Amino acid sequence: MNAIEVRNLSIDLGFGAAKRRILGDVSFSVEAGESFGLVGESGSGKSTILRCIAQLLKAWEGDILIAGQSVRDMPFDEYCRMVQMVFQDPYGSLHPRQSIRTALQEPLRIHRMDRQVERMERALIDVGLNPDFLSRYPHELSGGQRQRVAIARALILEPRILLLDEPTSALDVSVQAEVLNLLADIRARRNLTYLFVSHDLAVIDHMCEQLAVMQHGRLVEIMSRDVLATGRASDPYARDLIQASLEYDQAV
Amino acid sequence: MTANLLHSQDATMPETRRKQSLALRQLVSLFRELLGSPTSAFGLVVITILLLTALLAPVIAPYDPNIINLGNALQPPSAAHWFGTDELGRDILSRIVYGTRISLTIITIVSVIVGPIGLIVGTTAGYFGGWYDTFMMRITDIFLSFPSLILSLAFVAALGAGLENAIIAIGLTAWPPIARLARAETLTFRGADYISASRMQGASALRIIVKSIMPMCLPSVLVRVTLSMATVILTAAGLGFLGLGAQPPLPEWGAMIATGRRYMLDNWWLVAFPGGAILLVSLAFNLLGDGLRDALDPKQR
Repeated sequence: MNAIEVRNLSIDLGFGAAKRRILGDVSFSVEAGESFGLVGESGSGKSTILRCIAQLLKAWEGDILIAGQSVRDMPFDEYCRMVQMVFQDPYGSLHPRQSIRTALQEPLRIHRMDRQVERMERALIDVGLNPDFLSRYPHELSGGQRQRVAIARALILEPRILLLDEPTSALDVSVQAEVLNLLADIRARRNLTYLFVSHDLAVIDHMCEQLAVMQHGRLVEIMSRDVLATGRASDPYARDLIQASLEYDQAV
Repeated sequence: MTANLLHSQDATMPETRRKQSLALRQLVSLFRELLGSPTSAFGLVVITILLLTALLAPVIAPYDPNIINLGNALQPPSAAHWFGTDELGRDILSRIVYGTRISLTIITIVSVIVGPIGLIVGTTAGYFGGWYDTFMMRITDIFLSFPSLILSLAFVAALGAGLENAIIAIGLTAWPPIARLARAETLTFRGADYISASRMQGASALRIIVKSIMPMCLPSVLVRVTLSMATVILTAAGLGFLGLGAQPPLPEWGAMIATGRRYMLDNWWLVAFPGGAILLVSLAFNLLGDGLRDALDPKQR
């Protein structure tokens, strides 16, 4: 069964003559346990797709199915325990006046989970942080540490699917590698499904088996990771993008 | 369920203690910052004196504020009566000292009414948006479009003269600016990732507003409430002066000026001292509010 299935997802903004399509007929599916990448330039709609799946945007048409069930019909708390998200900016995704303990405990309280202390400590250890961090505040942590806390918070409800919105693009290069390895490691351990948005093809190459290339709110091609190495994409834009990325890597 | 509860208490225990010590440290550094600038230090000192005076009024006041002694009426300031006596021979200093209790009562009750109302209206309007936002903001607009004294006058006229009604009337007119402020702040936070994250965790709108949005709005609301205390004192004095606030035997400053007005030309002390007290206290609240804004608003640093 597909963990995520998106069918004909589109968004139109405005009315009448001013109506503009910002996302058009996007369809793809992600198998359970798979890591699926979405790439494209800025403004191509990758994060918008993620926000639709995350139900942070409501005004879309089409179908989004999680484990075969439409998100619109799913009870919301069941959905929350199935899908979680890691945001791009670790400085904006943690509440500045809440301690790490509060940030991690809130979801447990909302879903009335048992063994809260144990779960919180476990969650921090799993992302490579000391349980002492529980009593710290976000301003006492570095960017990489914050992103680890954000990952711990996303994992604390034990979701099956993780939506990752450029989780490393706001981090230093060395920290990026650490966080990516952590994410890969967690996925292998927990058999999670990832939907990974990035504009960096190298990151997608490292993290995902399948990827989709986006341009102007449309999905131009879905390909497997192998195509990246050969550069034999069928769509001209996808080819250009891969070529540009390869040239950039060589130049660096 | 019980075990669950115990567990969560276990987890929060060190948290609350740490929060308390953190809050204490923040409070100390806040006071230090307020005392650092001369203007806010002045405000803080005057308000502290005001609080102590209200608390120790029977000890400080040399005479009973309500004892009438017609043989001793309209005495100019002297060693026996530092601020002189009024037309009924009552000691003005004692009346001003007891008047601090009335002013503080008004300020406290108004702040307790106005802060939460403004915060709730503003944060819910900002968070939910849509027709609810429009509806709430039009109501605040209507309140804001009247001068606050005139509106309180109308309310008091409808409710009947008296201190309690004056407090209610002032409370009803003082919340709209706070609601506006809280709404504006909420609009800047509601799109933040941490709000989205907590929504994805299944937090209800109420939970998000109370736990995530209100703590972020609190500092600016606190500043705004402190600044509006000055206006509250002036409005209360104005209502007292017009005979709609505190009623005559009560030593309310505005009412004292109102009765002293008839003797003002020959006996300046009847209005000068209560007037000076109003000026001093409202100035102090303004300066303290400014100081609080500088100390609490991270954007100003």
